[in-house]
Amino acid sequence: MLPDPNSLYGPLDPAPEAGWTSAPPRMGFFTDTSVCIGCKACEVACKEWNDVPGSGLDLLGMSYDNTGALTANSWRHVAFVEQPVPAAGGGPGHTEFLGMPGSQPPGRTGGADGRTDFRWLMMSDVCKHCTHAACLDVCPTGSLFRTEFGTVVVQEDICNGCGYCVSACPYGVIDRRADDGRAWKCTLCYDRIGAGMTPACAQACPTESIQYGPVQELRERAAARVAALHERGVTEARLYGHDPTDGVGGDGAFFLLLDEPEVYGLPPDPVVTTRDLPRMWRRAGLAALAMAAAAVAAFVGRPS
Amino acid sequence: MAEAHPVGFQWVVEAKRRGAKVFHVDPRFTRTSALADTYLPIRAGTDIALLGGVVNYILSNGLDFREYVLAYTNAATIVTEEFADTEDGDGLFSGFDPDTAAYDQRSWQYEGHEGAAGEDTARARETAAGLRHESHGMPVPGRTLRDETLRHPRCVYQILKRHFARYTPEMVERVCGVPREKFLELARAWTENSGRERTGVLIYSVGWTQHSVGVQYIRTGAIIQLLLGNMGRPGGGVLALRGHASIQGSTDIPTLFNLLPGYLPMPHHADHPTFDDWVESIRRPDQKGFWGNARAYAASLLKAYWGDAATPDNDFCYGYLPRMTGDHGTYQQVLNMIDGKVRGYFLLGQNPAVGSAHGRAQRLGMANLDWLVVRDLFLIESATFWRNGPEVATGEIVPAECRTEVFFLPAASHVEKEGTFTQTQRLLQWREKAVDPPGDARSELWFFYHLGRRLREKLASSGRPRDRALLDLTWDYPTHGPHAEPSAEAVLREINGYEVAGGRPLSAFTEARDDGTTAIGCWIYTGVYADGVNQAARRRSRHEQDWVAAEWGWAWPANRRILYNRASADPDGRPWSERKKYVWWDAEAGEWTGYDVPDFERTKPPSYRPPAGASGPQALAGDDAFIMQGDGKGWLYAPSGVVDGPLPTHYEPAESPVRNPLYRQQANPTRKVYAHPVNSVNPSPPQEHSEVFPYVFTVSRLTEHHTAGGMSRTVPPLAELQPEMFVEVSPQLAAERGLAHLGWAHLISGRAVIEAKVLVTDRLTPLRVDGRVIHQVWLPYHFGFEGLVTGDSANDLFGITLDPNVLIQESKVGTCDVRPGRRPTGPALWDLVEDYRRRAGIVAGRPGPVLTPGVRPAGGGGDGRAGAS
Repeated sequence: MLPDPNSLYGPLDPAPEAGWTSAPPRMGFFTDTSVCIGCKACEVACKEWNDVPGSGLDLLGMSYDNTGALTANSWRHVAFVEQPVPAAGGGPGHTEFLGMPGSQPPGRTGGADGRTDFRWLMMSDVCKHCTHAACLDVCPTGSLFRTEFGTVVVQEDICNGCGYCVSACPYGVIDRRADDGRAWKCTLCYDRIGAGMTPACAQACPTESIQYGPVQELRERAAARVAALHERGVTEARLYGHDPTDGVGGDGAFFLLLDEPEVYGLPPDPVVTTRDLPRMWRRAGLAALAMAAAAVAAFVGRPS
Repeated sequence: MAEAHPVGFQWVVEAKRRGAKVFHVDPRFTRTSALADTYLPIRAGTDIALLGGVVNYILSNGLDFREYVLAYTNAATIVTEEFADTEDGDGLFSGFDPDTAAYDQRSWQYEGHEGAAGEDTARARETAAGLRHESHGMPVPGRTLRDETLRHPRCVYQILKRHFARYTPEMVERVCGVPREKFLELARAWTENSGRERTGVLIYSVGWTQHSVGVQYIRTGAIIQLLLGNMGRPGGGVLALRGHASIQGSTDIPTLFNLLPGYLPMPHHADHPTFDDWVESIRRPDQKGFWGNARAYAASLLKAYWGDAATPDNDFCYGYLPRMTGDHGTYQQVLNMIDGKVRGYFLLGQNPAVGSAHGRAQRLGMANLDWLVVRDLFLIESATFWRNGPEVATGEIVPAECRTEVFFLPAASHVEKEGTFTQTQRLLQWREKAVDPPGDARSELWFFYHLGRRLREKLASSGRPRDRALLDLTWDYPTHGPHAEPSAEAVLREINGYEVAGGRPLSAFTEARDDGTTAIGCWIYTGVYADGVNQAARRRSRHEQDWVAAEWGWAWPANRRILYNRASADPDGRPWSERKKYVWWDAEAGEWTGYDVPDFERTKPPSYRPPAGASGPQALAGDDAFIMQGDGKGWLYAPSGVVDGPLPTHYEPAESPVRNPLYRQQANPTRKVYAHPVNSVNPSPPQEHSEVFPYVFTVSRLTEHHTAGGMSRTVPPLAELQPEMFVEVSPQLAAERGLAHLGWAHLISGRAVIEAKVLVTDRLTPLRVDGRVIHQVWLPYHFGFEGLVTGDSANDLFGITLDPNVLIQESKVGTCDVRPGRRPTGPALWDLVEDYRRRAGIVAGRPGPVLTPGVRPAGGGGDGRAGAS
């Protein structure tokens, strides 16, 4: 199926679509959370390379997450989820485990004898570099642009701080800095990948949880990894953001998760917020035409 | 491992990808547990019981790798009938002398060698003698009596079996709090994955070593690995993860009081008055193995130190070497400082005010010096304790009156200087300098070279004999650049060693001579500069060589990647299996060959048997795989060299809320205790008042911070990742003590009270131990009062109790009380601690008895006069 000429929804290759001729393959991240050890080397490498300012010295009490969220000053964010694993077979006294992180403080499990199994999920989140990037669609200055690698980058010298992109992002990724008002987010290390280097976070990741490469290749690798995990009985492994037919046309940065996306703080079914723009404009146009027609009719029908 | 060694953990993840099953044993659920297939919560300080359970599982089910065990270990060796085991009495081996709280080892010897005196273990403890056995066993006679059927009641195999018979799965559960099913899962996986076709690796870190029985933890692990045939083979071994980039290097070329380079012992004034006495104490005329050449290593070292001044006629200036007179370990030094016996102190890349046990003692000691030199990247707590430390708040240190003059000298970081790192595989890797150090920051090499140069200039006209040692030193390293930086390669060349005549770099330590014709800075490193080439700087990609990657860096000794790899072949020299093929005997070529450098004389056939009267390397038979051991065998049983017993035994930590379920003796009877007024030990059963400190606490690292925090709490992108001191408690303990998530708690021991934010988490779990619930809390030890993020120091809670073999402190387990809210400040702080001390019956300077009341010495020789039966 060919995409809509407006290219606001559906599968496509974003760089040629944005006008790049002879663009290199689309590049992205595959973040395999099943091997993430939560070391936060990605957060630190990102800050060091991109000269990202500090994000505050606050103990948040959200397990080992003291970063809190992706913000203008945190372009990688490692989420930590402490959760009990449902006891096999359940049994009397066991409540249904719905996969959601518990409310604070923890203490759901029993005492020394009644303790259920327990697991600790870690996941390094990042800008998804959507195929259909609403932030880019709504940017009035052209500060946000599509690179030849199919990634989405803010040009800080053009951004005027209007903040339209912030509300447009279906993942809540892009954010403005309080002090200068401009929008900041992951660039997929545009300066590094342009020079043939690996983005700082992927370079620093000790366990290859963050993998960088051509998106097509990463998708194949991810599918093989899920199959391998399923074979080993890790049936809860699933991909997130890999599907070109999803609401954002697939993410340039996608994930292997071990639980529902909500558990990690990700939207379960994100949709590009500009998807309905053509229809809205069509309707608005129709409404305007109808209004005009009515107005004309009012004059035409007027007895002379 | 994921928590403290995330980069190394990539290989565990890689192994897991290939189907390996990962077990993690830890008091708290860590990042490692998160990736492990099975997590076993354990009560801190009970690992010997767990590992002893595995030994018992192997022996009682006959799961040992029998051919390997027979050929390469001392399982068949017969022990003297004078030996009495802990199992025969209350938990003491034979030979215990209650007066010195040390063992006479004569009753532990091999049959037929009862006359062998072993060593004076009280003195061995003072001088941390266990350290010098890092690369070789104690001197023991080469020829032993053996029973190849392993049926003799006094052969090591049978002794081992009896010793561990009580370490059943039920006992493991009772002692450790590990459910027996989980324990059996571990034991099964370990044994099923060892043998001809498979090998298993054991990885440990300071969670094992920093105990009053730390060395015996490692011994237990080594016994398992020997029984399962996992030593000297690919994918096997016992790997120590070191706490910093080159801790292995700083043991090889030591920053320790009792060792010289290459594990040569520092001479003791009474035992080693002459060069010959010293050398003969290292080698023993009738023992097997390569320590037989100790004289050449020792002479070459002194030749490297004192050059032309060192000659065979003056014993190579042996008289210049400092002598030990007793315990000069770091904790004794600190107590000496408090007592005014130490005038000056150098701190290089160390932050004892935060990183060492009993922080208050550390700070009080450093506040009582004439001068203190601190070289570090940042202004750390050990440089500012005199004005910002907690003792200033309590009035114990008055800044205007503190007599210590502190000199802070900025140091270059590892990217600002060149040199080598030596990691856990003994691999030396050369580092280039990436950038110049900022401002006045200088390398350690620069500092010591120019300090020595200036001292020598000041003393140049001295006629005093005591200054000769300094003036005769070879101190001629070439320098370069605006700051006259010494050449690190020139130092490496000296470490490697060279022919005195002509200066040709040596290729192997077998070229070392005892006649003064060779000079070697560290004999085990000989070869790192072979052919005048910096072999440590080799960086051939692993894609361009085989999987052993022998051309990446250089490993000591002789670029050998796996030690004792003769054991990777069977006694006849054939690989145990095709899958685990590594080093083997090529009969046609008449030599050992393989993927690695064979750890054996190249042309000695497997069938070789030494002639009567042989010693040194010549006495090694063709199947004596453990070539540095006095009897050529891997030691399941240590007849000497380990001062707290020939076999590991579960003793409770010095501070424990639990009565030892296995023996009447509660804690290690030979542990090093300092009866100094600043030191104290919280009471443990059967002492009274142990309930005053009802909780177990343990400390370790977070990934986000580095040790005492000097390199992470000072760096913005790291500091913000873990910005506050906290304590992790289970929901059950939080409920019991009224602790609120993110609220404050304070923890009290007999030494200190500290405060921390509370993290209530299921990652800490109460354990059911011996019929009661034991709560454990966990603290990071990274915090101090300087840096971008600050907090109280967890190590302040610890007292000083040491392992007797190597004098390492027990800083992984202690007891405390936990209360909600912030701690008091000012004088009220000490009122609180004093109140606890009074209730616990702690008297300053009077630790409880080392021997548990009522414990009777075991077997023959228990009266301290062993060997008389």
